[in-house]
Amino acid sequence: MRLLSTKATCNSHGQDSSYFLGWQEYEKNPYDEILNPKGIIQMGLAENQLSFDLLESWLAKNPDVSGFKRDGKSIFRELALFQDYHGLSSFKKVMVDFMAEIRGNKVTFDPDHMVLTAGSTSANETLMFCLAEQGDAFLLPTPYYPGFDRDLKWRTGVEIVPIHCSSANNFKITEAALQQAYHEAEKLNLNVKGILVTNPSNPLGTTLSLEELNLLVDFVNGHKNMHLISDEIYSGTVFNSPGFVSVMEVLNNRFSDRDQAIWDRVHVVYSLSKDLGLPGFRVGCIYSENDTVVAAATKMSSFGLVSSQTQYLLSVMLADKKFTRNYLVENQKRLKRRQKMLVSGLMRTGIKCLESNAGLFCWVDMRHLLKSNTFEAEMELWMRIVYDVKLNISPGSSCHCSEPGWFRVCFANMSEETLKLAMKRLKSFVVELSSSSDTDNGENKAHSKRNSLTKWVFRLSSRDHRHRDQEER
Amino acid sequence: MEQAGESLLSKIARGDGHGENSPYFEGWKAYEHDPFHPVKNPNGVIQMGLAENQLSCDLVQQWITSNPEASICTAEGVHEFKDIANFQDYHGLPLFRQGVAKLMGRTRGNRVRFDPDRIVMSGGATGAHEVTAFCLADPGEAFLVPTPYYPGFDRDLRWRTGVQLLPVICESTNNFKLTKKALESALEKAKQDNITVKGLLITNPSNPLGTIMDRETLKMVVKFINHHHIHLVSDEIYAATVFTHPGFTSIAEIIEEEDTKMECDRNLIHIVYSLSKDMGFPGFRVGIIYSYNDNVVNCARKMSSFGLVSTQTQHLIAAMLSDDEFVEHFLAESARRLAKRYGIFCRGLAKVGIKCLQSNAGLFLWMDLRPLLKKQTFEEEMALWRVIIHKVKINVSPGSSFHCCEPGWFRNKDVAVASKKPCSPRNLMLSFSSMRIDDFLMSPHSPIPQSPLVKATT
Repeated sequence: MRLLSTKATCNSHGQDSSYFLGWQEYEKNPYDEILNPKGIIQMGLAENQLSFDLLESWLAKNPDVSGFKRDGKSIFRELALFQDYHGLSSFKKVMVDFMAEIRGNKVTFDPDHMVLTAGSTSANETLMFCLAEQGDAFLLPTPYYPGFDRDLKWRTGVEIVPIHCSSANNFKITEAALQQAYHEAEKLNLNVKGILVTNPSNPLGTTLSLEELNLLVDFVNGHKNMHLISDEIYSGTVFNSPGFVSVMEVLNNRFSDRDQAIWDRVHVVYSLSKDLGLPGFRVGCIYSENDTVVAAATKMSSFGLVSSQTQYLLSVMLADKKFTRNYLVENQKRLKRRQKMLVSGLMRTGIKCLESNAGLFCWVDMRHLLKSNTFEAEMELWMRIVYDVKLNISPGSSCHCSEPGWFRVCFANMSEETLKLAMKRLKSFVVELSSSSDTDNGENKAHSKRNSLTKWVFRLSSRDHRHRDQEER
Repeated sequence: MEQAGESLLSKIARGDGHGENSPYFEGWKAYEHDPFHPVKNPNGVIQMGLAENQLSCDLVQQWITSNPEASICTAEGVHEFKDIANFQDYHGLPLFRQGVAKLMGRTRGNRVRFDPDRIVMSGGATGAHEVTAFCLADPGEAFLVPTPYYPGFDRDLRWRTGVQLLPVICESTNNFKLTKKALESALEKAKQDNITVKGLLITNPSNPLGTIMDRETLKMVVKFINHHHIHLVSDEIYAATVFTHPGFTSIAEIIEEEDTKMECDRNLIHIVYSLSKDMGFPGFRVGIIYSYNDNVVNCARKMSSFGLVSTQTQHLIAAMLSDDEFVEHFLAESARRLAKRYGIFCRGLAKVGIKCLQSNAGLFLWMDLRPLLKKQTFEEEMALWRVIIHKVKINVSPGSSFHCCEPGWFRNKDVAVASKKPCSPRNLMLSFSSMRIDDFLMSPHSPIPQSPLVKATT
């Protein structure tokens, strides 16, 4: 008899992915301006570190909340004992207001339809448990956030079937791609329970067009028992036109009768990790008009409730509408500026990015730097960038991109100086790459390091590739 | 059987594996629907079905007021806000893990040391149990659990994991002690039913019994699981609520003892812990898995992504638990208050002839109301329970919801309700309430003239 469960001994947790291994290399040799100026610069972590000062100054003006006080009276006991999985109603009220504000108040949300979860990691998994089971699949447009492989599949037994998007049309979701993915699932004997999209997209940094949203809604509406999950975790990071359109807005405009079946099948996931830059606080939520889903998800949230201490802090902070309004505007301004810095820095090196209007990263086109149009070449380039250039960026294959040569590069988790340094390093590397007669010069430097990684890298890239082959068959 | 795809939601979502149809929760709903308040709703239902420790909140409150740097929101602490708010590493803050490891050692009289690197966070003990089940067992496999046991296990260990729970029957004839015979019998039955048993789950101190497992029983348990090569999960969530002798012995002590020649495969030993009961913070969702098995630590840690502890809370707790003086004082004072409250309740109940299982831990009493049953059946137990909830208006939990094999036992979460002050209007209200019990109890079957059951809560 096996000692541990199958789940414990398989690797569906996805941590063997290059996405996470890059982080590990960074952890071994992290850049620090003073202590380790030659270390690896972390550009693989989609964190928003640009606007903490705004949060800190709010805290300075609101001392009550820190000492577990409300109107000068201690509410410590009340909070310490509060474990109701319905969540603090004052917190849910301000969350729905905040979400509405981000959507220009074109949509309103009902706090009774919101389920609080420990981050969107938990929200996405909980939705899978509620909507699907072993033998079912969700369709996801590629490229997608590598964490979904763990969050959606690991403990639930649900499968992901990719909707292949291509650079030819800027990775937009097409009807043909949707249909192909659906048929692919059928061939694999999987029952398609729904589609999950991230809007704005990770890793693309783009918002879904109205056309794409309508396509998705129509597709789901046209299939029995099919759901649409819209992970809108980056909705507050939209800094440029075209603006953000939530799937809820589309539903509002097209289906005024709330009794129509589609209302029971569209669900939104949100979190404060990206918009407010608070990933440590584990604040996520599911929003659904389907009462059964809300009821089931609420019970499941017992496995990952939000700390009442944190709920309380945020209930006060987000109730300050002047603060939230100012925060959203200022944060977006800073993101826009930072993105521009990255894009122009890359441009000067002859590297283009997918045009983006949101998110904490750019989708960078390094196809022209590949030795060959293969994932092996992408891995080789990635290793050089990690070890020689000392930048941790995320290779497109870890995001299940169907074309080699794309990388996700984050820009909001470091200082301006660090970003400039990163651009400088990259420029030197590209110059060296184009001027060297063959690539042996560069390879020798990190040869020994690469040797130790070669085995898993090629196993990894061929596994990704094989997986793709299987689907295309 | 339905074919896949024929329904909108999953079986898990449609079914009632969440266990909330149990009378354990029904009582809560009755309370929520009509909650007692001394002034606003004196005829409401009194909550005695929720095992919370409210007795020592004031101590923690005082500490927080005197230690503003422990909060990342105060002027003294805000310089750490950015780093803490940004930290999402599932290993958790090192100081947090160290603080928890120290607390765990302290609540075991420092007879055993815990390694901070084996501490894995989870969304409360609820999350810890589910993760442990996911790590140790596959759908269809089972855990043995001695009865009576906490009803939440039915949800936590089974709902989304597909794992089964098989009862190990314990009886009042020997004060519900766990015996080797009962374990062997449960294992044998599983074999006959073709169910693979992956482990044994014990709660020590016990919920709902409020008793600790003595050393001999623990050694017997370790021998048993080792012999059959199955896991042992020891839920020690009530470790610091032990308020009188005999003291608490953790499974960690048993396996670390060198002189008992306990040969045990440590890869089978796991502890579930939480701050919800010992410290009285259920709202903060601090659950812990402590495993001696490296693979389980690694796997559970990855799974903890689904229920990490808020770093704001980790930071506060790290600071609190590193204050040795405070922790010593808190543990001692908390135990003292629990002992005092337990004494009041036991004496009060004894006065009206209601016996309780002799206990020395936990936040509740295991009451023997068998004499009040018209017949020794579970139907009669439920009838009595309904009267207590709806007519007497106290939410106590019926033994059947804890899978007790004998009807007539009830868990009374007496001990830890903190009353604001024993003012006379409240006494009056509660005396009035007690008259309702008398109405019921003055029946030909009952020898009890008058019950201070409710008076005892002041």
